[in-house]
Amino acid sequence: MSASLATVSYIGATILFILSLGGLSNPETSRRGNYFGMIGMALAVFATVFGPQVTWGGVPWIIIAMTIGGSVGLYAARKVQMTQMPELVALMHSLVGLAACLVGFASYIDTATVLTGAEKSIHELEIYIGILIGAVTFSGSLIAFGKLSGKIGGKPLLLPARHWLNLAGLIIVFWVGGSFVNAETISGGFFPLIVMTIIALAFGVHMVMAIGGADMPVVVSMLNSYSGWAAAATGFMLSNDLLIVTGALVGSSGAILSYIMCRAMNRNFISVIAGGFGTAGGTVVASDGQPAGEVTAISAQETAELLKDSKSVIIVPGYGMAVAQAQHTVYEITKHLREKGVTVRFGIHPVAGRMPGHMNVLLAEAKVPYDIVMEMDEINDDFPSTDVTMVIGANDIVNPAAQEDPNSPIAGMPVLEVWKAKTSIVMKRSMASGYAGVDNPLFYKENNRMLFGDAKKMLDEVLTALKA
Amino acid sequence: MSLIIGVPKEIYPNEKRVATVPDVVEKLIKLGFGVVVETGAGALANFSDETYVAAGATIAGSAVELWNSSGIVFKVRAPSMEEVALIKEGTTLIGFIWPAQNPELMQALTARKITVLAMDCVPRQLSRAQKMDALSSMANIAGYRAVVEAANQFGRFFTGQITAAGKVPPAKVFVAGAGVAGLAALGTAVSLGAIVRANDTRSEVADQVKSMGAEFVKVDYEEEGSGGGGYAKVMSEGFQQAQREMYAQQAREVDIIITTALIPGKPAPRLITAEMVQSMRAGSVIVDMAAEQGGNCELTVPGEVVVRHGVTIIGYADLPSRLSKQASTLYATNLLRLTEELCKTKDGVIDVNMGDDAIRGLTVIKDGEITWPPPPLVLPAPPAPKAASAAPVSAKKSSHGHGAGEPMSVKTLSIVFGIGALAFWFVGAHAPAAFLGHFTVFILACFVGYMVVWNVTPALHTPLMSVTNAISSIIVIGALVQISPPLAEGISRPGGWIGILAVVGIILTSINMFGGFAVTKRMLSMFRK
Repeated sequence: MSASLATVSYIGATILFILSLGGLSNPETSRRGNYFGMIGMALAVFATVFGPQVTWGGVPWIIIAMTIGGSVGLYAARKVQMTQMPELVALMHSLVGLAACLVGFASYIDTATVLTGAEKSIHELEIYIGILIGAVTFSGSLIAFGKLSGKIGGKPLLLPARHWLNLAGLIIVFWVGGSFVNAETISGGFFPLIVMTIIALAFGVHMVMAIGGADMPVVVSMLNSYSGWAAAATGFMLSNDLLIVTGALVGSSGAILSYIMCRAMNRNFISVIAGGFGTAGGTVVASDGQPAGEVTAISAQETAELLKDSKSVIIVPGYGMAVAQAQHTVYEITKHLREKGVTVRFGIHPVAGRMPGHMNVLLAEAKVPYDIVMEMDEINDDFPSTDVTMVIGANDIVNPAAQEDPNSPIAGMPVLEVWKAKTSIVMKRSMASGYAGVDNPLFYKENNRMLFGDAKKMLDEVLTALKA
Repeated sequence: MSLIIGVPKEIYPNEKRVATVPDVVEKLIKLGFGVVVETGAGALANFSDETYVAAGATIAGSAVELWNSSGIVFKVRAPSMEEVALIKEGTTLIGFIWPAQNPELMQALTARKITVLAMDCVPRQLSRAQKMDALSSMANIAGYRAVVEAANQFGRFFTGQITAAGKVPPAKVFVAGAGVAGLAALGTAVSLGAIVRANDTRSEVADQVKSMGAEFVKVDYEEEGSGGGGYAKVMSEGFQQAQREMYAQQAREVDIIITTALIPGKPAPRLITAEMVQSMRAGSVIVDMAAEQGGNCELTVPGEVVVRHGVTIIGYADLPSRLSKQASTLYATNLLRLTEELCKTKDGVIDVNMGDDAIRGLTVIKDGEITWPPPPLVLPAPPAPKAASAAPVSAKKSSHGHGAGEPMSVKTLSIVFGIGALAFWFVGAHAPAAFLGHFTVFILACFVGYMVVWNVTPALHTPLMSVTNAISSIIVIGALVQISPPLAEGISRPGGWIGILAVVGIILTSINMFGGFAVTKRMLSMFRK
């Protein structure tokens, strides 16, 4: 295959990737979009393997490596549970990051191409940046994986003077970068490269450790973005436009997701990345006084009665539903109620769960039709005309303090206005406050009922009572 | 020592309600109280003595026995003078008292050195007190019953029908006053299929009326009639003139009028005059729910059904009692909620805490001292029309996707452009031509990505992440080209090391590539209509 033919194939792959992302604009075209992505990837790989840059000697190695990797990947994809999607995605980001590092190192020690002057400097700078981003992505994603799978605690780890630590790391990276680019020989440049890699790894660990559980959607989408930038940097390194374009697509996609997640929490991107909640405002519980009033508990039996007697129901799921694996029971209840003629819909907050769109995937897995799963903006106006809202394992995203109490740490965050429904039922293990450490006045509203207990167990009881 | 709650049989003529029901008895016992019910107390509400006993109550054979043994007495109606004579000192009496209307009763109760909680004095504007608001419970029932009584007297269907035997027009119902009773009445009438209109001097209830499926008829005159505490106030002469015209017009058009207009402490306003009744079609029905306070209709006879000018006028004052089982159940629950407030320790001892706004409001006599009327409530100012509505954070977004947000301000925009220009100048001044080609591609790709991704529906954000993750394994190309490039003559490279790195890189990215696409496929196949 000639160089021109390979280039044309790359253009074809690029277009297919863009169509693939475009296809995700709605569920009907999304499956086709995924196929476009697969075809594009196959095209790109074949064009490279049979292109001018690979000789036949490498093909067996490539086949072996891709078979091993491919089977591991397919196995993982089949085995993973939908509730574990955030972990899987984070783990996969780390692979991309690690691959970017490896390619960077290989490219550095490769002597096949000889460059001089400004081109050499730029090439080395590209390698440097590529490895830097790759290393941050790798270690950050690993920590994110650990946090999401519960292997590492969800609480933000806040080292003293952590901003100064980061700053010091950044300065060293710059300084070492200077000596790297100026290094005469490859072995002379190796030491600064290793130093930088270690700092980048440490930075990735530190950055994600400082971020708490509920900010995870931002982190996951940010790491997604990083893995894209790492690919783009590799593309610069290897003068490969396909890599650059694809990396840029992925990078901007992740960046937009991070932005959407931040806006959904009414928080600044920098403040999320800087980590911790309320660190800027001093103490965590800054709102004036506890919400007054009392909490009215309800039993599963009574919940079933309420649901049975209502005409319209909105279910608001949160991370608690994912933890309890309750989505299938939720669907059973939904199905039952819909057969009885009750309108059931779902209200999804953008940051519900641990990953953008986490709840949608879980509900889809449980076979909930997507046309009754609404976004926050679509459904918020409908709460006043709703008889019952069921909040399953969510807290901060339904906290009226965000609108009512300007001193609340989450003031201004868009929330689902569940309290406007005639009755709201909150399913929770206990009265503990949510991730933000803010007490939730919703629990004390007089049209609110609390259904205490494990979400799965309680919903099972509700379902039994409904069927009885 | 835990107290005994006594529930006597209501002795007021035609009163069928009872102050507690067996279900509630169980809960009262759980709070630590003993419960004594007078024999036959619940008979007219279909609760037999046996059901009370089954719930844990004991039965008192006579009123005297009951009043003697009880520390707390639950009543529905205000006690008669004979009952007052039976009360022992230190008793707590809970029931409807109407202190403003019954000054002699208040005097008599004071003389008994007791504590009296009046269910009609619950501060309704305290949201915390709504669970004990028996007036609302009773008004709700009365509103329902009013429609049922009207239907009973009305000679036609409520709902319109087209049958083989001809066309039946729907009944038209007009509800004057859209308080709890009015809303309950119009809701019931709507569900029977009638065309329902309603009016109230408080303009804020218009939305509530519409939400129940009825039409709100406005008086053609500007004045706000909200008088605090959920009641209306007396309106100006000009307004009343306009209102009369509106009522006269409605009277000519509708088949059924239900009036619920009350102003606290004043006789009910006269809304329907004799001429209006005359103008109604023969066979029409008026239900005057304000009959006890003098009636909203001039021709109402309290407590009776009369026919005037061919129009049936229902003046029953005991509508809740006509639904005795329902009314008793709701009233008993209101009393239970109050008892819970009084006995937070759940040990069968009550504490009439005058520091509690809700309790203070309904305590009309405390240990023989009149404590009525209570000092005005200091309510927290209602949240001012929120500033948020002026500057919504994200309320007015297009339904789908997120758009690119609001346009940036000129200042931010110029700063962004300035920084961008500076960066581009720096790149242009220093970078070699080959780099610039790639740089162009890079920047354009960022913009394409930006445009495309904004269109992705939020529901698909997770598949988006996994597919972009799969796509980012394009980095495999970097490893592929390193594994065995065609080498120019005379150039050596550390092929072994590079080979190892590249193979590992290919394995890693292949995991990602295959896994990513496969899991995306699995996920997307789950999204279904």
